[in-house]
Amino acid sequence: MDLPTLWFAAIAVLWIGYFVLEGFDFGVGILLPFLGKTNTDRRVMINAIGPVWDGNEVWVLTAGGAMFAAFPAWYASLFSGFYLPLFLVLLALIVRGVAFEYRGKVDSVQWRARWDQAIFWGSAIPALLWGVAFANIVRGVPMDADHIVTANLLDLLNPYALLGGLTTLSLFTLHGAMFLSLKTGGEVRLQARRAVPMIALVAVPAAAGFLLWTQVSYGTTWTLPLVAIAALTLVAAVALALRGREGWSFTATATTIAVATVVLFGSLFPNVLPSTTNPAYSLTVENAASADYTLSVMTWVAVIFLPVVLGYQSWSYWVFRKRITREHIEPTLVPAGRPGDA
Amino acid sequence: MDALDLARWQFGITTVYHFLFVPLTIGLSVIVASLQTAWYRTGKHEYLQATKFFGKLFLINFAMGVVTGIVQEFQFGMNWSEYSRFVGDVFGAPLAMEALLAFFLESTFIGLWIFGWDKLPRKIHLATIWAAAIGTNLSAYFILAANAWMRHPVGYQVNPETGRAELTDIWAVLANDQAWSTYLHTVAGSFIAAGLFVVAVSAFKLMRARFHGDTGTPGQAPHPSEHGLFRKTLRAGLAVTALAGILVAFSGHHQAQLMAQDEPMKLASAEALWEDEDGAGFSIFAVGDVVDGRNHINIQIPHLLSILATNSLDGNVQGINDVQERYEAQFGPGSYVPNVPVIYWSFRLMMGFGLAGVAVGFIGLWLTRRGRLPKHRWMYWAAILGLPAALAANICGWILTEMGRQPWTVVGELLTAASVSPGVSLTEVALSLALFTLVYGVLAVIEAGLLWRYVKAGPTHVVPPQDDDSDEDRDAPVPAFVY
Ligand code: HDD
Ligand code: HEM
Ligand code: HEM
Repeated sequence: MDLPTLWFAAIAVLWIGYFVLEGFDFGVGILLPFLGKTNTDRRVMINAIGPVWDGNEVWVLTAGGAMFAAFPAWYASLFSGFYLPLFLVLLALIVRGVAFEYRGKVDSVQWRARWDQAIFWGSAIPALLWGVAFANIVRGVPMDADHIVTANLLDLLNPYALLGGLTTLSLFTLHGAMFLSLKTGGEVRLQARRAVPMIALVAVPAAAGFLLWTQVSYGTTWTLPLVAIAALTLVAAVALALRGREGWSFTATATTIAVATVVLFGSLFPNVLPSTTNPAYSLTVENAASADYTLSVMTWVAVIFLPVVLGYQSWSYWVFRKRITREHIEPTLVPAGRPGDA
Repeated sequence: MDALDLARWQFGITTVYHFLFVPLTIGLSVIVASLQTAWYRTGKHEYLQATKFFGKLFLINFAMGVVTGIVQEFQFGMNWSEYSRFVGDVFGAPLAMEALLAFFLESTFIGLWIFGWDKLPRKIHLATIWAAAIGTNLSAYFILAANAWMRHPVGYQVNPETGRAELTDIWAVLANDQAWSTYLHTVAGSFIAAGLFVVAVSAFKLMRARFHGDTGTPGQAPHPSEHGLFRKTLRAGLAVTALAGILVAFSGHHQAQLMAQDEPMKLASAEALWEDEDGAGFSIFAVGDVVDGRNHINIQIPHLLSILATNSLDGNVQGINDVQERYEAQFGPGSYVPNVPVIYWSFRLMMGFGLAGVAVGFIGLWLTRRGRLPKHRWMYWAAILGLPAALAANICGWILTEMGRQPWTVVGELLTAASVSPGVSLTEVALSLALFTLVYGVLAVIEAGLLWRYVKAGPTHVVPPQDDDSDEDRDAPVPAFVY
């Protein structure tokens, strides 16, 4: 494998890490208003992802940084071309991150309700838009000979992309429900298990439809078995969840997300951003890549440090391996005072 | 106004905003880790209180640093696509390394620290905050190396075929003299800000206790332990500020010398020096005429600029008009002069505000020697005002660095006007600029409100005081911070 191809694969790995990990914490955020009926239950849900959501988010920062270093032209065309969707994602992530940290800092029902809204929208918007964005990347966008994307917002909102958005939104929600049934106890766990069939009603057809569409229109021979695996693990995930096999069902949705991401990247290759204006204008693994020196430096850095990162992130999951229940939720120490007199 | 101007405003506003939180994170992570180390070593309850109290304030600030950083990571692609295309090969590498080596470290270990109080052995829990602090400082190095490269590009070659800069030597980029010099100067500036944050909070609490008898809990006398605690943190904050003040002066001096070499135009603008001069004086106050290229009034300290820039009394310092001529000969016609009044004043304000803060450190140490406390209320206020002064100094420093680099993004290689995204419309940038500013404004108010609330409530609220000095509770589990 030449270096640009290796880095294409490495970037796929980073996005897989991002979708599998942040996928479930987006899901928890989306489920917050539906499963968390009381403040204590909502706190159970938030604390289940509390120690890890920021570390999960760094996967996308690393993916962005790696695209900048390994494929500058891809980074440049993609993020300027998808300006408004990316801007919305950023706003959502800003508000969401602050919400986790600030929600419990003032003892007021109204204050918490506002931040709960922020967590919901801050999770739902990126969960939807990442799917829209990736579908558009696979599908291609209007782009001129200088690799400047000329798409407008409406071009990006085509049926295929919207189905992609629905897929990530529902898949992440399902993944979040699996996570909650695995990592919480008591009422939240029960509620999460009950929610699985309802979410699956949307997620299974959406994902199956989207992956088939991808395979038929953009896929290659080796992505075909992957589409089958993604579909099977998704159905298996639901079946396992209904039987109460929580660990396995979470593993299964994680596999679905990972394999579906491989399908997307596989369908894209060897392009990184196809042009629908003229295929000759497409950005490819070859014409978007950095010079070999940069890529080999980056390879060394990744080979040495990615295992270290995986090591301590796994350790952190292990430290917080216990289920969280209402009993673990202690009253927070919040300064006395009326809300708003801050 | 065109998209370029708005993109510049957006970059300036979002980055300056990011840098309001960054210096506090850099310094406070180390200070909180040190407080926790003191607790681990001595087992004294007040150190635990101090760790948790300042830890909470640190986390309120940290959250803002993180979320505003996410924007930065993608902004180069969004608004500066031509820049990204040109430099990605060189500039992307440290950015990617920052994410992989530093951001993962700081975010994962902060999570472990926040939630791990009652789950990890004490020693390991202590190690998590140190790991986060190291991650934070490491991230500063990588991003500053990337930034330094824009001022002093090294270790690269422009490929004539693609017209793009290509990396030839990563070590040259990471060991760039501008990189480590900027790192020392920025981190020193950060520790001044963080030290003065601790000073301001401590002075505020001591002042309230002394002049109002207030503890944050209405109708209740201050707990005696609080007084001792804030005396200690006041001294610690003053000491951090004073030490960092020494480093900031030396590294600032070094920065000026590198500036004389790499960016003579920036130095000349920072001094409103219009013509080349041997034995140049340091300007204290100038009123100039940018169009005519000369000063009406210029009060100077003789020879000081030559000493600062070249380490010699009679060293040659280049002037704006002469550099302009040389640049036109080298790079073609056009103006290479940045916004002189802004550069001139941001330099003075950086030094003025910053050194005023450092003075708080030194004078404060003197006033609090051997357990004394200042008698006058205005002295406490002066200590509190050190904090905004230090933050302002940091911002002015960046304005000097970044606006002084104009019209270049990469000195000698790429102009700002050629860096902007051609495909992004005025409407798009206007919309994002307006919404970022709005959201950032609202969040700033909320953040300040929270800090105020938690400062007022004080440490006894975070960790209840221990009434006798016994050690019986030493091994009792400490509850975690939870959401
Ligand atoms: C001198 C230090 C410094 C400078 C110049 C910058 N930052 Fe920063 N950044 C930090 C020092 C820092 C930090 C201390 O590491 C932060 C601040 C608060 C925090 O939580 O980490 C951080 C957070 C932070 C994050 C969030 C990390 C996370 O999720 O944990 C990102 C993505 C960036 N930054 C990116 C940038 C970019 C692309 C910059 C250039 C324009 C930039 N920062 C300037
Ligand atoms: C955190 C501290 C920083 C602050 C406060 C800051 C501030 C600014 C300001 C005020 C501008 C606008 C200058 C102008 O348009 O006249 C600017 C421009 C710019 N800065 Fe920074 N900056 C910081 C760090 C960085 C870093 C670390 C990088 C790169 C890694 C960077 C890259 C740029 C770029 C690419 C521009 C181009 C836009 C332009 O020139 O207008 N900055 N910055
Ligand atoms: C002795 C006084 C000081 C001198 C001589 C000095 C000198 C300088 C110079 C020459 C630069 C521009 C570097 C460049 O663009 O190449 C700079 C930047 C900067 N200064 Fe200072 N400075 C002093 C004090 C301070 C203080 C007290 C603070 C903060 C508390 C501070 C914070 C900064 C920051 C954040 C920057 C931007 C980062 C950088 O380029 O290093 N400075 N300083």
